[in-house]
Amino acid sequence: MRGILSLAALLTLSGCGSSDIWGWYVINPMTASGWVNIKFLINGMGATILLSVIAASISIVLGLLVALPGLSQRRGVRAVNRVYVEIVRAIPLLPMLFWVFYGLPIVFKSMGLSLQIDPFWGAIITLALSDSAFTAEIYRAGIQSIAKGQAEAAKTIGLNYYQTMRYVVLPQAVRRILPPLANQFIYIVKMSAFASVIGMQELTRRANELVVTEYRPLEIYSLLIVEYLVLVLVISAGVRWLERKMGSDERG
Amino acid sequence: MSVTQDAIEMIDVDKWFGDFQVLKGINLNVKPGDRVVICGPSGSGKSTVVRCINRLEAHQKGVIKIGGVVQDGSSAALDAIRSEVGMVFQQFNLFPHLSVMENLVLGPMKARNMSRKDAEARAMKYLERVRIPEQAHKRPSQLSGGQQQRVAIARSLCMEPRVMLFDEPTSALDPEMISEVLDVIVELAEEGMTMVVVTHEMGFARKVADQMVFMDAGEIVETGTPQEFFGSPKSERTQAFLKQILQH
Repeated sequence: MRGILSLAALLTLSGCGSSDIWGWYVINPMTASGWVNIKFLINGMGATILLSVIAASISIVLGLLVALPGLSQRRGVRAVNRVYVEIVRAIPLLPMLFWVFYGLPIVFKSMGLSLQIDPFWGAIITLALSDSAFTAEIYRAGIQSIAKGQAEAAKTIGLNYYQTMRYVVLPQAVRRILPPLANQFIYIVKMSAFASVIGMQELTRRANELVVTEYRPLEIYSLLIVEYLVLVLVISAGVRWLERKMGSDERG
Repeated sequence: MSVTQDAIEMIDVDKWFGDFQVLKGINLNVKPGDRVVICGPSGSGKSTVVRCINRLEAHQKGVIKIGGVVQDGSSAALDAIRSEVGMVFQQFNLFPHLSVMENLVLGPMKARNMSRKDAEARAMKYLERVRIPEQAHKRPSQLSGGQQQRVAIARSLCMEPRVMLFDEPTSALDPEMISEVLDVIVELAEEGMTMVVVTHEMGFARKVADQMVFMDAGEIVETGTPQEFFGSPKSERTQAFLKQILQH
């Protein structure tokens, strides 16, 4: 790891030598202080990943629960889905984050609960809620794309609603849902950067803190962007692998 | 439940799609062992009758009884339909992500809590009945249309229903595959299966039906034995329909 970074640094540094507008030394892995800075920045990776994975997992379940009423024959039940999606989708992430982190504890307090929300869970709740409106729409479109006859046939062999979804509709819908769902996961990874403003020690927060002490925004934010890029490219590769795997046991 | 209990009883059934009335005062009695064939021009409501019988569609007025149980949309009534009535669709509606065998064992295992071993034994029995046991481990997409429809029939039979509904079972098939499907249905009829068949295959109707039902514009226009129906249709609409459909 250090070797690869050193090589990259060598190439970069050789081009922008000693001129004092460049300060790549702050993240030069060949110097002791540069290496300490790099480790400090990369150590935020775990928090970003954990935040994104937990938020996405909640959103995947919540999104399905929101999507199902949207498929009902009854207008009143469908309305539940519509209202949720329209409202949640309309709230920008940052105000929602502030509302959850600073506002929600007051709501809890008024109910006699002394529930504190730390930056970690505040960010997760916000990301999951905000994302769930989008995953709900993805599920709804995916499920609706499965022909109505499939659910009808399932009913006529005695399957109930849950079994029809579990064994007949969802396995077919998953293949259509997966690519847009992966998109949403990448979206969550990127949006998790907002957690920095409520003090969550993830990638962006650490970069901000280092910029404050080192005064080298260009170099530090460049590395930050590279960190997100690597993360997203790894996810993309994983999704492509998953799609191939599912594709191969679908088509016979 | 007495032996003479009607398998299916429809009394003054009305149904609307929005403002459009698809069924107008439908009365129909199907006794155990009866083989009823419903025919009529497209849009006449014949598929809707079948779909109301197993409550894939809800009717708005009148009474539908299945094995004496009034269909009111309650879950107890729904259970009664699902355990007594099998259905074969025009478009087969096999589950494409499952093998033929998995298609067949799904209902018995999940809805009836049957063991996999018993369910597979039963599935093989019905696959042999429709004469495609060798296809058990293929995907539906690897089969011809006629084979797919026979799998769909076997899938319904695996639930061992008392009544089978066929909604234009051969309309989506290439002509050379129609007879292999009809032969299977004729065999079932000969074994005494109660059935309601919506079809345009008049030769088949003449062979299996003991009651013909002619529908037009949401109404039952005429019923009768095949001899009466084909030999001396009473209504002008029936005569016009038969003239058109039989002239080829």
